[in-house]
Amino acid sequence: MARVLVQDAAFDTGAETAALTAGRTDVGGVATFLGVCRGDDGLAAMVLEHYPGMTERAIARIAAEAEARWPLTGCTVIHRVGRILPGEPIVLVLTASAHRAAALESCAFLIDWLKTKAPFWKREEFSGGAHRWVEARAEDEAAAARWAGA
Amino acid sequence: MRVLYFAWLRQKVGTAEEEVAPPEDVRDVGGLIRWLAARSPAHAAAFADPRQVRAAVNQDFATPDHPVAANDEVAFFPPVTGG
Repeated sequence: MARVLVQDAAFDTGAETAALTAGRTDVGGVATFLGVCRGDDGLAAMVLEHYPGMTERAIARIAAEAEARWPLTGCTVIHRVGRILPGEPIVLVLTASAHRAAALESCAFLIDWLKTKAPFWKREEFSGGAHRWVEARAEDEAAAARWAGA
Repeated sequence: MRVLYFAWLRQKVGTAEEEVAPPEDVRDVGGLIRWLAARSPAHAAAFADPRQVRAAVNQDFATPDHPVAANDEVAFFPPVTGG
């Protein structure tokens, strides 16, 4: 059963990683994806909105799919919402397994899926006061599509 | 029926949520979009480009042919941009 959190607060990547290996000796590797807010083009902040209820359900469902496809010993997905500054972490995906391939592949699967199928929306705020909604990217759709039917 | 709007659809419609009672001939997501778009200029603006609108029925992604009923929660939003 994956640990899924949607929260305003920052998270502690070290503590979350340690929790996946604490008290067990069957873990051979933990893969980490840490998404960070980039400060391109004078970005002052990123504001993330989501669909409370659907978000948690949708992430839990896809984490369960990852656990069914790969032999994982643990899985953690934490996605922040609200106002996030450049340089701050946005999303954390951790997957633990006896062997690296399962951990690395399932981690990539989860973040590709989160980009295209989880109900989050990003709005960029710029230093001059302008703001704009981030548009979905075709590259993200293509990245997620490679996991279909695999 | 409870209708929710997120991101720029919420801004264009001017509300995050509304209770609506569409007529019986509104049977699916596509029909609901057409009915909602006729409610006000703000709704019309939000639904002006259907290719940019995604939907969920009872918190699951839904295509335009997905049925809708009186007690459903239907959400409209742009393509997602999380991660």
